[in-house]
Amino acid sequence: MDESLLGPYRVLDLTDERGWVCGRILADLGADVIKVEPPGGDPGRRIGPFYGDVPHPDRSLYFWAFNLNKRGITLNLETEDGRGLFRRLAALSDFVVESFDPGYLDGLGLGFGELSRLNPRLILVSISAFGQDGPYAHYRATDIVGMAMGGMMAISGDPDRPPVRVSVPQAWLHAGAQAAAGAMVAHYYRQAAGRGQHVDVSMQQAVIWTLMNETPFPLPDFYGFDLTRAGGRRRTGRLTIRQIYPCRDGYVCLLILGGGPGAAFIRGLLALLEEAGVAPDWFREVDWENWDLATPRRYPTAQEELEALEAVVADFCRQKTKAELYEAALKYGILLAPVNTVADLFENPQLAARGFWVEVDHPELGTRVTYPGPFVQGNLNPVRIRRRPPLVGEHNEEVYGGLLGLSRADLAQLRAAGAI
Amino acid sequence: MGARAFEGLKVADFSWVGVGPITTKYLADHGATVVRVESTTRPDVLRLLPPFKGGKPGLNRSQFFANYNTNKLSLSLNLGVPEGREVARRLVMWADVVAESFTPGTMAAWGLDYEAISKIKPDIIMISTCQQGQTGPHARFGGFGQLAAALGGYYEVTGWPDREPAGPYGAYTDFICPPFALAALVAALDYRRRTGRGQYLDLSQLECGLQFLGPALLDYAVNGRIATRAGNRDPYACPHGAFPCAGEDRWVAVAVTSDREWRALCQVLGRPEWAEDPRFATFLGRRRHEDLLEGLIGEATRSWDPFDLMAALQAAGVPAGVVQRCSDLHRDPQLKHRGHWVTLDHCEMGPTVYDGIPFRLSETPGQLERAAPCLGEHTEFVLRELLGYTDEEVAELAAAGALE
Repeated sequence: MDESLLGPYRVLDLTDERGWVCGRILADLGADVIKVEPPGGDPGRRIGPFYGDVPHPDRSLYFWAFNLNKRGITLNLETEDGRGLFRRLAALSDFVVESFDPGYLDGLGLGFGELSRLNPRLILVSISAFGQDGPYAHYRATDIVGMAMGGMMAISGDPDRPPVRVSVPQAWLHAGAQAAAGAMVAHYYRQAAGRGQHVDVSMQQAVIWTLMNETPFPLPDFYGFDLTRAGGRRRTGRLTIRQIYPCRDGYVCLLILGGGPGAAFIRGLLALLEEAGVAPDWFREVDWENWDLATPRRYPTAQEELEALEAVVADFCRQKTKAELYEAALKYGILLAPVNTVADLFENPQLAARGFWVEVDHPELGTRVTYPGPFVQGNLNPVRIRRRPPLVGEHNEEVYGGLLGLSRADLAQLRAAGAI
Repeated sequence: MGARAFEGLKVADFSWVGVGPITTKYLADHGATVVRVESTTRPDVLRLLPPFKGGKPGLNRSQFFANYNTNKLSLSLNLGVPEGREVARRLVMWADVVAESFTPGTMAAWGLDYEAISKIKPDIIMISTCQQGQTGPHARFGGFGQLAAALGGYYEVTGWPDREPAGPYGAYTDFICPPFALAALVAALDYRRRTGRGQYLDLSQLECGLQFLGPALLDYAVNGRIATRAGNRDPYACPHGAFPCAGEDRWVAVAVTSDREWRALCQVLGRPEWAEDPRFATFLGRRRHEDLLEGLIGEATRSWDPFDLMAALQAAGVPAGVVQRCSDLHRDPQLKHRGHWVTLDHCEMGPTVYDGIPFRLSETPGQLERAAPCLGEHTEFVLRELLGYTDEEVAELAAAGALE
């Protein structure tokens, strides 16, 4: 038997770019995820970049990235016929995932109450900017609004310029991944209780969960102040530590931790500097084994001592390439990694050795495309890449015929009525 | 208290730092019994990192650790001695799920790798998560999420094009991976229920982290384009950025995605003449004059309170949000409505504020019931109540140094 992890389950994916990732994760784990798009296709298909830079709904790389492994049908929820078809499909499905503005499905008579009457086992996953209700529920949000309201922008960017987002949009992806987690919690419960439930995901909360250790800082019983953005440095407690170092062909990220957890790494770093003959004399006088960031041994303040160490490291890095420094890091066990570009990643020996990249056929374009591969590996190949992203309405006949038993003549009528 | 989704599920959690503990936190917050296996000689790094309650360091004073370990039990165990490893094996026999996040090879050295434990517990589900996966030439590269964020391309694409990379803050990929890992774990549990088979999951934080760069990776694969940082510019919205407001370092993020929103922005800012300006009438026009436009808008927003400006823009249908600091988040009315912040009474820190569950489930919402454990807080409970050790046996383990 070679059944996939979620092989028995069907997902109707009504989302646009705000929720694609959720269905992608379930599809990767083997669920039959059917992308349900309005006639003409998901509006997210208009987002570039495009294959060959030619804008077309079937060539959006943005769409491809998050809709691999899904089937695709068209359905117009704004018509009564379309809603009728949707109800029939929902009765045969295990999950419905949606990212409409809160209240939209309720307005169509397709809210959670309605759907669970139709199919009590159904799990409805709703992805929105701030949640289904509350004072900001109807606020409009894009990626940058999510990164701002979720607290990530305030701590990202250079101090003398405006806060920044990640240039490749992230906020809705965090929401979509949390949605998949929530869906699976509900799924586990359904196996015991026999009932589905409503999963309500807030992009803002999903972004807050990326803030690492930042949220307690301003509380009066912690430090009473907010962390602020520090460019290529990071703030920890009252110190700021350089984290990005320029090198000959770009940048590397290097962490100086000190203290218990950092001793092994600092030892590696010092060995490398010694070997290169660039370790200043005072290095030998410091008991690095017991050195921590907070207690200076050589300089009047911890910050000055840190900066003296950083200056030596920075001079060294400037002479080397990313690859040379990474090789040294691997050899000496230093907390250093290259700031990779996407091009570097395609050359990365580790990803290649693990067979990460996956070639996927796009026969209608006469080409194969290299996709990022499974998010998790394992002895049973938990994630499999089974099909390229769907063309607009590609599986209408397969789904409406196979699942609902509609004939071609029925489909032609529904198409004429604007329902699919 | 309502039903709990993972009631009865048992988890032996050898993981530490970020991805592993955040993943098992979902299980603990929804009712599973999660035993964190900890060491007093090599404690979880996060116990040693700030923020500390009252600014005072201590193994049981880090909220960095506490935030990821609610509802869990802490078993202090020395895996360096045979007696400790024997307890670990008994814990594995008890468990449905084993999680770990050591440098590859560590669990094998203790006889606790999947090959070994699946012999004594064939249907075990085990997840290993580390920086770059269990196999391959860089498998043993130890590190933290900041390095995976650099390796994974995120630093290259954050910041200004004329400056060095400037974010995203923190160990970014550590916060991409956990929901993926949770989905895979629950899928594996479902598979076991159907087939009786356990399995091994090998989650590379680099590979999982790359999932959120998909469009940029494909753009390189098919078009040869190398993504880099673009400040706050966006290919489909203009103006698009963070604009200064009244107060020190206060900003509002604004995304104008249509001509209608552009006209609404001009109205709200009291500059109707901009809407009439032919230079700015179309998206392409605004794009061409984006530097000028950003300067003009920044002058107009500077006198606004950031929250007032957000409310006014939202009322006019323009996507906008305050660049919130954490102190803002603690006062945010929407987060309050969602119950995002939860106060729990910690054994040493006392009442402390935790981040809540990131999604709301209508029937099994989950609950933060217990604060994070102090190191070894539940050692005796776990040994006696969960694993059935007698008092004498516990004393012998302690004498053998197995409980350190």
